[in-house]
Amino acid sequence: MSKLPITEADLHAYVDAQLPDSRRAEVEAFLAAQPEEAERLQAYLAQKEALRQLFDPVLDESLPAKLLDLAEPQAAPVDVKKRPFLSRWSAQRIAASFVIAWLGGAAGWLGHGQYQASERMAQMTPLPRQAAVAHVVYSPDIKRPVEVTADQEEQLVKWLSKRLGTPVSPPKLGALGYELIGGRLLPGNTGPVAQFMYHDSTGQRLTLYVSTENTGGRDTGFRFAREGQVNVFYWVDGKFGYALSAGIDKGELARVATAVYDQLEHK
Amino acid sequence: MDSRAILAELPRLRRYARAMVGDRAVADDLVQDTLERGWSRLAQWQPGSDLRAWLFGIMHNLRVDQLRRPGLSTLPLEDEDIAVPIRATQTDQLEVNDLTAALARLPEEQRAVLLLVALEEMSYEQIAATLGIPTGTVMSRLSRGRERLRLILEGRPTAAHLRVVR
Repeated sequence: MSKLPITEADLHAYVDAQLPDSRRAEVEAFLAAQPEEAERLQAYLAQKEALRQLFDPVLDESLPAKLLDLAEPQAAPVDVKKRPFLSRWSAQRIAASFVIAWLGGAAGWLGHGQYQASERMAQMTPLPRQAAVAHVVYSPDIKRPVEVTADQEEQLVKWLSKRLGTPVSPPKLGALGYELIGGRLLPGNTGPVAQFMYHDSTGQRLTLYVSTENTGGRDTGFRFAREGQVNVFYWVDGKFGYALSAGIDKGELARVATAVYDQLEHK
Repeated sequence: MDSRAILAELPRLRRYARAMVGDRAVADDLVQDTLERGWSRLAQWQPGSDLRAWLFGIMHNLRVDQLRRPGLSTLPLEDEDIAVPIRATQTDQLEVNDLTAALARLPEEQRAVLLLVALEEMSYEQIAATLGIPTGTVMSRLSRGRERLRLILEGRPTAAHLRVVR
């Protein structure tokens, strides 16, 4: 066999055991004569080993429920009221897995529709950003921070519920030191959304953004986002998306967000 | 693509995602998005073909999309993180994981190739197919990534000469 020059690619293939036997012998002969190169390859082998040691434990971790849920088409009934979107998805997944087994190509249409829906979602402004922008625009307004003030709370609730097409009401945060200032109607991605504004005794303002546009997303736990000076906690529950924004620190905002979440869950 | 086959790939997808992005929750979100996109693109999967390579490819594309898209970086927060004060662990990470820090300093594209080789033990051709790049590019990224990682771990400057891959 004619001896080709040893290349960098050969050396890596040697490290990764991807060389044919005959070539491996040639590389070994080359390395015997080139201790510096041998040392370099030794370091690469050590890297591989160290990476395995570092990340292999992930293989043994128990799988998060949300991933198991997505791996397994579910036949068990899902609480439709709490998780309308997920259950619809699961049904589609079950359908998809049967269809692909029996009809092959027809499954494509199911997938196609889902994909388009998720693409449309991606083009919309994300909830935390919408909320943060609304917060930045309205909360510094001294004279007209809200359209309807808290002394007309009943009208505010009636009006916003009517415009959003579903009952919405501001949570009570007095126990946390935040009083309702009032609320307003805002344009969202596809229709009306509501904003409630609160302040504490120092004048620090906090806004709760309530969207009912979550037709394509999934329920989420608390998530945190930061836009400039504004911290935002947000979560999705069924068709509702909630975002709590303020220029206060994350821990304090988390405390308020937890209270808001609890009230909305138990309403 | 059935659920058992996917379930079997989950631990590997998680391991790779963790190594790529570092943060556990962010990595799991990436895996979650991968599964969702996988289901939505079932029609594009050729039954009998390599499911692992297909899923890794989807994850790679999602990651590329993520990095291209500017925007808020969000981090999921578990409920218990809010109420319970916890000890700062940043320094632990630094002490325990020089390698994690070094890995994070590699360009994304080099890190991907390095991890697919080291963790997944994919052949160079499989990696090329998964990432949608020529095998020659796989080799040059692997070469640069390994050398850069070596220099970082040895505490040497990383602007060293690049080896030519023939």
